[in-house]
Amino acid sequence: MNNSKVVSSIKEAVKLAGVKDGMTISFHHHLRNGDYVLNMVLEAIAELGIKDLNVNASSVFDTHEPLIGHIKNHVVTGLEADYIGGVVGRAISHGVLEKPVVFRTHGGRPADIELGRSPIDVAFVAAPTSDTMGNCSGKYGKSACGSLGYAFADAMFAKKVVVITDNLVPYPLADFSISEAYVDYVVPVESIGNPAGIVSGTTKITRDPVGLVMAQYAAKVIEHSGLLKDGMSFQTGAGGASLAAAKYLKDIMLEKGIKGSYGLGGITSYMVDMLQAGCFEALLDVQCFDLGAVESIRTNPRHREVTAAHYASPAVRSSAVDSLDVVILGATQIDTDFNVNVHTDSNGYIMGGSGGHSDTAAGAKLAMIIAPLTRARLSIVVDHVLTVSTPGSTIDVLVTQRGIAVNPKRQELKERLQQAGLPIVEIEELKRIAEQLTGTPKPIHLGDRVVANVLYRDGSLLDTIKSVD
Amino acid sequence: MRRSMLFMPGNNAGMLLNADILGADAVILDLEDAVSPAEKDAARILVRNAIQTLHYQCEVCVRINSIDTAFWKQDLDAILPLKPSLIMPPKISTAQDVLTVDAYMTELEDKLGMERNTVKLIPLIETALGVENAFAIASSSPRVAAMLLGGEDLTADLQCKRTKEGNEIFYSRSRIVVAARAAGIDCYDTPFTDVNDDEGLRADAAFAKSLGFTGKSSISPRHVASINEIFSPTQADIEYAEEVMETIRIAKEQGKGVVSLRGKMIDAPIVTRARQVLEMAEAMGVRIHE
Repeated sequence: MNNSKVVSSIKEAVKLAGVKDGMTISFHHHLRNGDYVLNMVLEAIAELGIKDLNVNASSVFDTHEPLIGHIKNHVVTGLEADYIGGVVGRAISHGVLEKPVVFRTHGGRPADIELGRSPIDVAFVAAPTSDTMGNCSGKYGKSACGSLGYAFADAMFAKKVVVITDNLVPYPLADFSISEAYVDYVVPVESIGNPAGIVSGTTKITRDPVGLVMAQYAAKVIEHSGLLKDGMSFQTGAGGASLAAAKYLKDIMLEKGIKGSYGLGGITSYMVDMLQAGCFEALLDVQCFDLGAVESIRTNPRHREVTAAHYASPAVRSSAVDSLDVVILGATQIDTDFNVNVHTDSNGYIMGGSGGHSDTAAGAKLAMIIAPLTRARLSIVVDHVLTVSTPGSTIDVLVTQRGIAVNPKRQELKERLQQAGLPIVEIEELKRIAEQLTGTPKPIHLGDRVVANVLYRDGSLLDTIKSVD
Repeated sequence: MRRSMLFMPGNNAGMLLNADILGADAVILDLEDAVSPAEKDAARILVRNAIQTLHYQCEVCVRINSIDTAFWKQDLDAILPLKPSLIMPPKISTAQDVLTVDAYMTELEDKLGMERNTVKLIPLIETALGVENAFAIASSSPRVAAMLLGGEDLTADLQCKRTKEGNEIFYSRSRIVVAARAAGIDCYDTPFTDVNDDEGLRADAAFAKSLGFTGKSSISPRHVASINEIFSPTQADIEYAEEVMETIRIAKEQGKGVVSLRGKMIDAPIVTRARQVLEMAEAMGVRIHE
């Protein structure tokens, strides 16, 4: 029996996998803005004359701009994602796609795939290294991206799985992430992505003095929250101020001799530094953001790859967000009920998505938003967010440079932070301070058409996004 | 309490917007060196509007242009009505320089119906002549609340190289401290200009404190926390001061004239110093034992 799964081209694999009009194909986003695979596959599909596809990508980045052309040509007529960058987002907001986009969370996506609510016909898995039978990994190769966490659900539950790699190695790749047991075809290509867009060389903490002030406040909120003790678990974003908060937290943990349990999420070198400094027992990594994180996941057994389901799915027996103590998150808008928008900009255009935002906020004991009070001459605190990405009931604290607002349902936390001498203000007061500087913006007028449905992590409809005319 | 004074360029709206959240006890909104001649009008309007609308939570000082330019009176016309705590006139070399600014401020205060001397002066001493005249400048007017040493311009005037070690300004620093203390006013040290050298900044600030400076100015928000820390009394200072005051209280109760603490006589200067430490600790919000 010829047991090689290697096929000569993407087009060949598309044919063998039986991609037909109306099917759902899927992609992961570990190659981020350096990804070539989604574009290459859609180009092959378009050339084969296949139409009316539903694309389920864990995230869509600006590098996927050719997707807009495929939508216009009706090659793609449906789109599901956890995050959509500004370029494709703008086209969606202008109504290029007839069917509304389905937005999920990083936890909701694997849940819906596993439960059959979001079936995948053919998954295309970009793999920085694969053997001839499809055992593959993100840890090795010229396009190394580290963790392949978001690709597992696709590989495990799609009817057919095609691995696309630019580093084909002899069987077996012992240190595989995704097993050959799930893989039907392997396609070697010259390049799966541009390394410059896949991971950053180094992720840097902000030098912006305002960002540093917010980061110090955030670290102090954690210090006085009652959660800073041995065994604490922690997640933070890759934004400058969030990373700076991690640095200050590290200083506090080392000074007080506190050893946390795990760092979670998208992992940066700063989290790796914290692991190496003894701040955590382990890192649970669903996605690597920089070369330091890739190097660490490859070499340090305490830095573990986790699947998106293990990370955040509400449909599994337990996931890492359920045990999370503290998460630091961003926001483009937050309203006086603490609802957060990370989907649309102040003009209503799609430029983001939940990612793990609402999953971690739901799971963490302390969910903290860190954001400057004004951005581009607008207050980030508003009466009503344009899009509810994360419900206010799961957000505990908002940290700005002009004060810290605590959700009224967390009275005990508010008292703790007040006693620690932190500048606690009501969220309405923050809005007033901001609008004193910016003025009250006129309401924007959106179109009537629904261009996207925002699903909460349990699959329920959280909000809809209207077109921008 | 004023330990740190942070320079902010008067022509940068983004920085003015957040000037007061960076931890400095006072901000110096700069209309002089940070602003090119072509932008003087715009910066003046921006600083005026910032003070008017932003309700800064820290003390505000405005550095106006020097009296040998055409701008300084317009600067005062725009800024004085907003009653900042301090006006900083640069390149002050003589007592007469102070009196020139003082007279115009008094004229404006009268015209505006403001109480005289509402707004104080912190002359910037940055010429050799200014250093030589330091005491005359410090005692020239009740409006003078403090002096600030400007090391960069001074070393140019002294025709020497400005170094990190600062040996070239050692005499000037000492002279400013002595003159300020003799006149009963505060004195502030020149900024440390290497933004990335935190250790150098800390050493420089500690040295300035050891000479007797009240605090230190800064051109970088990153330096503010270290300056505040170094110019604040330590926990040990506070505890010792409390002990001194307690020893004095007991001695008074017992009718003793001379007392000692750990073998060292407690005399008037030690009590004065202890009182200053406790006043500062209280201003910082440090809890003092009852």
